[in-house]
Amino acid sequence: MGIQAFDEIMGPASGDGARPELRALCHWLDDTPADELRRRQEAAETTFRQLGITFAVYGESDASERIIPFDIVPRVFLADEWARLSEGLVQRVEAINAFLVDIYGERRILKEGVLPEDLILGNAQFRPEIAGIRPPHDVWAHICGIDLVRTGPDSFFVLEDNARTPSGVSYMLENREAMVRLCPELFAKFRVAAVDSYPDMLLETMKSVSPRGCGQAPTCVVLTPGHYNSAYYEHSFLADSMGIELVEAADLIVDDDVVYMRTIAGRVKVDVIYRRVDDDFLDPLVFRADSMLGVPGLIAAYAAGNVAILNAPGNGIADDKAIYSYMPEIVRFYSGGEAKLPNVETYRCREPQALKYVLEHLDQLVVKLVDGSGGYGMLVGPTASKAEIERFRAALVATPERYIAQPTLALSTVPTLVEQGVSPRHVDFRPFVLTGSKGVKVVPGGLTRVALREGSLVVNSSQGGGTKDSFVLMDGGGMTQTMPGMSQSMGF
Amino acid sequence: MLSRAAASLYWLGRYVERADFIARLVEATLRLDVLSPRPAGEAAWRSALAVTDTLDAFEATGAALTREEVARFLIGDPSHPGSILRCLAQARDNARAVRTALSREAWAAINGAWLVFDRRMSRLDPDATLAVVDAVKNETRGFEGAVHRMLRNQTTQFIRLGQSVERTDDTARLLDVKYHILLPEGEIVGGIVDRDQWTTILQTVSAVTAYRWLYSEGLRPANVIDLLLTRAELPRSVAASAEETVTALNALAKSSGTQGEADRMARNRYARVVKTRTGDVIAAGLHQHLQTVIEENAQLHLAIGRQFKFG
Repeated sequence: MGIQAFDEIMGPASGDGARPELRALCHWLDDTPADELRRRQEAAETTFRQLGITFAVYGESDASERIIPFDIVPRVFLADEWARLSEGLVQRVEAINAFLVDIYGERRILKEGVLPEDLILGNAQFRPEIAGIRPPHDVWAHICGIDLVRTGPDSFFVLEDNARTPSGVSYMLENREAMVRLCPELFAKFRVAAVDSYPDMLLETMKSVSPRGCGQAPTCVVLTPGHYNSAYYEHSFLADSMGIELVEAADLIVDDDVVYMRTIAGRVKVDVIYRRVDDDFLDPLVFRADSMLGVPGLIAAYAAGNVAILNAPGNGIADDKAIYSYMPEIVRFYSGGEAKLPNVETYRCREPQALKYVLEHLDQLVVKLVDGSGGYGMLVGPTASKAEIERFRAALVATPERYIAQPTLALSTVPTLVEQGVSPRHVDFRPFVLTGSKGVKVVPGGLTRVALREGSLVVNSSQGGGTKDSFVLMDGGGMTQTMPGMSQSMGF
Repeated sequence: MLSRAAASLYWLGRYVERADFIARLVEATLRLDVLSPRPAGEAAWRSALAVTDTLDAFEATGAALTREEVARFLIGDPSHPGSILRCLAQARDNARAVRTALSREAWAAINGAWLVFDRRMSRLDPDATLAVVDAVKNETRGFEGAVHRMLRNQTTQFIRLGQSVERTDDTARLLDVKYHILLPEGEIVGGIVDRDQWTTILQTVSAVTAYRWLYSEGLRPANVIDLLLTRAELPRSVAASAEETVTALNALAKSSGTQGEADRMARNRYARVVKTRTGDVIAAGLHQHLQTVIEENAQLHLAIGRQFKFG
């Protein structure tokens, strides 16, 4: 512990009492006994288990299916906070799209020397096979999940961009479903923006980038690696709520550069694929000859302009951790302005100066593998053991280019129901941003992940993290006018 | 509909039906064992294994042929592919693969049936065995109900097709068991143990009361055979199952425009079943007849796979 963190409900550590706009939430917490909160939380988790909303933890065979713990106390964004955040997100995602168009096209950003060439061309995430292909409507990053952390009322930082196959949106929707059912009184106190139109927004995005001309109804599908995948529930949930087929690679066949799915009545042409499989397993003819997985010929069909793939193959170059540290430059280059959402300060260990600093401050920094995810291959200096630190020191010296390091931030906290009652826990946030042919939209909500262990900064579900609902309040502030007993001075 | 999804739905139907059948079989055998005036003991459990064609597999485990061991084997043995546990795991696996096609209710029932085993496999005295069996039957009934309330589209048609094909097989095997079971020494045909065995068969298909309604005489083997083979009023009879297979295939032909070999086989079979006279069957050999039913059903199963490109 020891980190003085900003609490999103209770305000700064130095403050006295809840943030004025969120007092109602505080009262709710005070008025609802912990037992009652716990009962509701258990009811929600029972529902999740019954629905099979599970995820698999890699490397654990016995507990192959778990549910992610759900916390009943929501985190809340005020309308004006959200408006500023949205602007930053739109700017960032527009820049990511422009970057991908450029990198797989003209490469102006390299020619003008903004980024070192080897950073891109020598990066495993750069797919030379994709260069020259123009996806329908020039949209690459259709569905982005931008991971944010917060350290103060108006201090948000981007921790990570996810422009490949970001997951978690089903939790946003199921958590809201559970909150509406179990805590209806909160929705009487707060005007919360609805998130349940997400499947419609996603389907609209898919249709908008269909390669077919307007007027014809495109056939859209969700492509999943299969029901053993850890995010399978989400894949099926999304296909289901959009009313489209959930296909596996073996269900698809490419003939003469056209993609079909195999049905009981024969082949049906497919126009738009929301894929939830990695590039490596999309097309064995292009990406991995050793893989039996994938749809042979899919990339050829894509290059021929006969099918749209969301997100576009090759996107990994935009959310790679090594690229991340250049995002401020990238945003400036394409938008012409400063990034509204700053990065977390990042030391690129490939640079000798930075490496030297990192090695000297290992006990204060968070060190991450450039190509790692899910909280694996990560060192949290302040809480790490001596042995762990030494292990990372050796790894850093051996292959510095594989690592970046960041200062340990005092991540904001939100009151969370734990065994001893309600207590602050650190959170992060993943909002979802959709880009179709008609522009960029931010979904008013997202996935809040919470580190359930006291003092822990690691929120990943595979590392004991949980989730919370994320309220985005609509204009008019925190409360509806009918809230009894609220201060008149607040102007409602 | 995707061919893979169709295959999963069909297998989902088969596995749920099989789990339900084995649960009923264990329940009936347990009753026979515990409740009859003279405990039927080993012979009862041997017959339960014979019905499911798993005598050899059971012997290979090296376990003694006792109530507890056979019940454990049939209900919860994770290494026995025909145990209820494995059938439900397979059903759930198939259900997961077509998660989107099922209603939440139907999925919750399958998931619930599977979760039964998370909680209760530690000890299997008769009470606990009955409790597990009841829980399984409850969940499969819940699934049946949920399927009834789903859209009457290809999804439910494939599930029903799988169920009806499985049911034909189960009922034929159940009847055939009498062929395998020798009466214990000193027992006579028509004696107490013989009667108990026929009653067990009726109980397994929930037909004790139905039998009384349909046949005014007391318990007669020929009538039990007649009921289970030819009476379409009894949902689990071979006749009713064969009819339901035809119905499901007809509905699929209508909705998918796919019709072929499987439809012809199913229709021909049903036509023959309707004409079957129990007296002739018994005279010519019941076992022979049932073996033909099982073999034809297996052929039909393969034809269905070909017709809908299960691949």
